[in-house]
Amino acid sequence: MHNKTLAELSAALRDGEVSSSELTRHMLQRIKTHNERLNSFVTVTEQLALDQARAADERIAAGQAGPLTGIPIAHKDIFCTRDVRTSCGSRMLENFIAPYDATVVDKLRHAGAVMLGKTNMDEFAMGSSNETSWFGPVRNPWDPETVPGGSSGGSAAAVAARLCAAATGTDTGGSIRQPAALTGITGLKPTYGRCSRWGMIAFASSLDQAGPMTRTAEDAALMLAGMAGFDERDSTSAQRPVDDYASGLNRPIAGVRIGVVREFMGDGLDEGVGASVESALEELKRLGAELVEVSLPNAGLSVPVYYVVAPAECSSNLARFDGVRYGHRCDDPKDLEDLYKRSRSEGFGPEVKRRIMIGTYALSAGYYDAYYLKAQKVRQLIADDFRRAFEQCDLIVGPTAPGTAFRLGEKADDPVSMYLSDIYTIAVNLAGLPGMSIPAAASGGMPVGFQLIGNYFDETRLLNVAHQLQLATDWHRQKPGGFE
Amino acid sequence: MQWETVIGLEIHTQLATESKIFSGSSTAFGAAPNTQASLIDLGMPGVLPVLNKGAVRMAVRFGKAIGAQVAERSVFARKNYFYPDLPKGYQISQYELPVVGEGVVEIVLEDGSTKTVGVTRAHLEEDAGKSLHEDFHGMTGIDLNRAGTPLLEIVSEPDMRSAREAVAYAKKIHQIVTYIGICDGSMQEGSFRMDANVSIRPKGQVEYGTRAELKNINSFRFLEKAINFEVERQIEVIEDGGRVIQETRLYDASKDETRSMRTKEEANDYRYFPDPDLLPLTIDADFIAEVVASMPELPDARRARFESDYRLSAYDADVLTSSRAQADYYEAVAEAGGDAKLAANWVMGELAAAINKAGLDITESPVDAGSLGQLVARIRDNTISGKIAKDVFAAIWNGEGGADEVIEAKGLRQITDTGAIEALVDEVLAANAEQAENYRSADPAKQPKMLGFFVGQIMKKSQGKANPQQVNELLRKKLG
Repeated sequence: MHNKTLAELSAALRDGEVSSSELTRHMLQRIKTHNERLNSFVTVTEQLALDQARAADERIAAGQAGPLTGIPIAHKDIFCTRDVRTSCGSRMLENFIAPYDATVVDKLRHAGAVMLGKTNMDEFAMGSSNETSWFGPVRNPWDPETVPGGSSGGSAAAVAARLCAAATGTDTGGSIRQPAALTGITGLKPTYGRCSRWGMIAFASSLDQAGPMTRTAEDAALMLAGMAGFDERDSTSAQRPVDDYASGLNRPIAGVRIGVVREFMGDGLDEGVGASVESALEELKRLGAELVEVSLPNAGLSVPVYYVVAPAECSSNLARFDGVRYGHRCDDPKDLEDLYKRSRSEGFGPEVKRRIMIGTYALSAGYYDAYYLKAQKVRQLIADDFRRAFEQCDLIVGPTAPGTAFRLGEKADDPVSMYLSDIYTIAVNLAGLPGMSIPAAASGGMPVGFQLIGNYFDETRLLNVAHQLQLATDWHRQKPGGFE
Repeated sequence: MQWETVIGLEIHTQLATESKIFSGSSTAFGAAPNTQASLIDLGMPGVLPVLNKGAVRMAVRFGKAIGAQVAERSVFARKNYFYPDLPKGYQISQYELPVVGEGVVEIVLEDGSTKTVGVTRAHLEEDAGKSLHEDFHGMTGIDLNRAGTPLLEIVSEPDMRSAREAVAYAKKIHQIVTYIGICDGSMQEGSFRMDANVSIRPKGQVEYGTRAELKNINSFRFLEKAINFEVERQIEVIEDGGRVIQETRLYDASKDETRSMRTKEEANDYRYFPDPDLLPLTIDADFIAEVVASMPELPDARRARFESDYRLSAYDADVLTSSRAQADYYEAVAEAGGDAKLAANWVMGELAAAINKAGLDITESPVDAGSLGQLVARIRDNTISGKIAKDVFAAIWNGEGGADEVIEAKGLRQITDTGAIEALVDEVLAANAEQAENYRSADPAKQPKMLGFFVGQIMKKSQGKANPQQVNELLRKKLG
């Protein structure tokens, strides 16, 4: 049953082949069996899930079910969930029970999705390997000695190991796409503003975006439809209707112009990954797509730009975690300064502290122009590169990550090498464009991600091309061993 | 050495919106601690601000009231610092691009001359909460009811040259913001707060001296005292061979002194940057036109209109337009009374004396504008004399009813019936035949003074109700 895709489960639920309660119990059992090994869930909401499943079954019986009604899913622990611990992977919020639901959580609940629990993540979404979590690293189901990527590593591992039909993730510099690539699943980061950020604990507000993590493009279309939409509580959310993603999936892609990024196919790319990307390009050509070479001359600056902008915003966003109103507070503070210093020193891990310090420095008087302002200018240049590229093509493709999953601990002490694992994904966040990672042919037995980048609010085309590619190939149907 | 004082003011006005600037919580004053703090005001993880359009409307109204440019595009920025009553660890304010640009206000100096003071900018921001140090032993209480209340910070040019000028400017801003209804102006409740930047320089020198910023000033009187103290302090420092340092100083009203809070070196680096949670604020011409169309009459325009329409002196017009409430009250009295000059005399005379004595605001006067207008009307149509009117006023003040009611109830209606007055005159003349003879034979130059005796007798007999003019006329005729 767990091997079915979300779309297949949806049909099975509606046809009465299985009830949501049965499906939910089955998934909860799988979590019990496998989570100790993977560490992908930090909280399992068993009773809540069973209650929601029962309600879903009633709704299905009443003929009022939508495509997500009764589907067991998981939320990244960055989304606030009312009356359920929302830790953000941090000791700071180890005991924080959110008093409200994030808009994305609320929308999916209203669509009838069943929440199984909350997934592990890099602390405050800062990391590319899930090793910065206060709750310990997540293991990659394909090889437990390797990382699942990050920061949405728990969601990625849970979907790959089929502990849930789908999961939510967030992507600030690649945090949906890179773990999707490393665990062989489908992950979509929508256009900035497509999903509301209300209730999603902020890392870098101008880059953060929620999106679905699923096994197929079709499933991603169904999930995104349940997550997206304007929200008056988020001033940066887009005031435009949500497209009918599912109905666009079956358009033929013959004649679609696909831009291959020259800069992404050269130095720094693992050979095996390069070969997998080439075979995906061949497949697209076979389906009638027209390949054109495009250039993003400033994309190489995206990592340094990102590591100014994102830490700058995070240094301010994380100031509210001060031990005064909620979250970790040190024992017996001597005075106010002691309360601040010890609560924050104890509550935050080293990567979070590193970024707060980088960001504080970049915004300081005398450095602001040289770092923050300069970075914003280059950010505009990167967006302009994409604008020009989209004059020549409808879609841009390339690798998602430079390599396959690396070993636990391999890059933990080398932040720069870790930061470079997002080299192909970061530019997309800086420009605010939608990006997606789908599995390409495995390399050395490990999954490889193929990245698709669309124009603003053109998620429909991304999903369409990805779905057509998945109809023609079986890369996305590969499963890690040991989770049957 | 002759010293010149240079003063600039930063005034924080709390905008009179129903809800906060970035959340839907109420802004009402005086609620139990933390009962008006929503998830947003508490700075919960994951919450986001949404701008209150009402606050923008008020900022634009102020901008147009001082003839300033209203920015088509302005930007909210984060001012980062840690404090327990600042829930997010930053205050959302405006920094490089404020909503209101340069404008001017005119102040009237003591010698009657006018002076123009420049307003550099006015920007929107959120207020912080309050730290409560009393009632908590070894701890501090935090009340976030005020957190997120909209403020318009109005920054002046360093154009003032004395404490008196600074007070005149602050009063002018107070008058404008209360007139246009964007601020209740209450200093006790902290709706109108002033910081003063004060420096001195040798007379004739162009460069400014090093300034100190004075905080915690909550009345116009304290503003004047704080500046005067600070100027004396700075002169003393320099004349003793010292140097004024740039610092923030707290005014202590109980000791009438300022003392150092923090120096420039200890000052925060606020690390301002544009708030990524809020889009730039864009204001189009239609929005501005709508605000201008609903703009109430401004104090200077109203004063000029009082002079021309009601034929009031410049002084009277100035006093009567000092606050919007006062001007509204006066206009209502003038209209109901049908005599603008008489209305002005009563509002500035009897009424002002009574409310001052009672320590009330004009809005709290037990005599409402309608009643006073009726009283003025009765004086004007000779129902009562000006003298009797004072008794009627006292009765209205004491809650005995409206003017007509009191006049009827107490039988104070003036006697204007010629026959009745003639009878009184005859009676008094008959009783004082000798004085009447003396009058008739007296030097005509002395006669007017002597007439007063008879008038007094008659008014006494009529309990003050006889029309004095008629009494005078009849007496002169009968004694002539």
